[in-house]
Amino acid sequence: MEQDWIWGLVGGLMIGSAGALYLLVNGRIMGASGILGGLVDRSGWSTGGERLAFVIGLIAFPPLLVPLYREVDTHITDNFAVIVAAGLLVGIGTRLANGCTSGHGVCGISRLSLRGLVATVFYLLGGGLALVLFRHILGVI
Amino acid sequence: MQRLFFSFLAGALFGAGLLVSGMVDTTKVQGWLDVFGDWDPTLAFVMGGAIIPMTFAWIYGRRRETAVLGNPIPLDGKTEVSRTLVLGSLLFGAGWGLAGLCPGPSLASLSFGGLGGLVFVLSMMAGMYAAPAVRGQIDRAAAAN
Repeated sequence: MEQDWIWGLVGGLMIGSAGALYLLVNGRIMGASGILGGLVDRSGWSTGGERLAFVIGLIAFPPLLVPLYREVDTHITDNFAVIVAAGLLVGIGTRLANGCTSGHGVCGISRLSLRGLVATVFYLLGGGLALVLFRHILGVI
Repeated sequence: MQRLFFSFLAGALFGAGLLVSGMVDTTKVQGWLDVFGDWDPTLAFVMGGAIIPMTFAWIYGRRRETAVLGNPIPLDGKTEVSRTLVLGSLLFGAGWGLAGLCPGPSLASLSFGGLGGLVFVLSMMAGMYAAPAVRGQIDRAAAAN
């Protein structure tokens, strides 16, 4: 749709403002995979309360806005083998790389971090290759 | 208590931004990654929009050094571009392309993403749980060579 990019920009500004708030008020870097991963593998239990509060806000607030939309659909595939494989890859990959789209992409690039930039180049490359292989060659997604 | 409140607030605003931007829609993410298909540029506007306030936050944070709630702002990140950074990012990207979900949007859409969304989040958490062991294997394999 035509105005998708405007909402993309507005939503992006909100995401960046959330990251700015988390950095300047709590003194923490807003990376979704790191915040959740530290809870899952126990490496971040010393700051577990803050992590849990962040995750609860992230899960519980968006549904309050859903009624403002005519339709909200994630359009996720109904192929559960693809979903499980994708989830495992995202979980392992983000923890090996110490970051995902929010931590490396938003918070890393904005401070001109070489690691954030390199990570972003390679996860974009991985994503692009996945689409070429699994959509255009194998036709499974 | 303040710390928990502002964490909750940051998570809520992050989630709202992901919803408003359309990034909870897997077709928009896959549309951006699919450069040989019907290419969708929205994600670039989301990323660009998010980087603007974050850039000012880093500039101001460097001057302040201490966060409002008292602890130091993490200004000195790691700088080493490691093997696991590159490999992990490639694996993450492959999963991101396969399902069209990354960690933030998968949590933001958990309440309305159906069974598929729930299975994705549980699989992702299983992957996160396994990651330290995978990292150990990679380090051992590298040391043996």
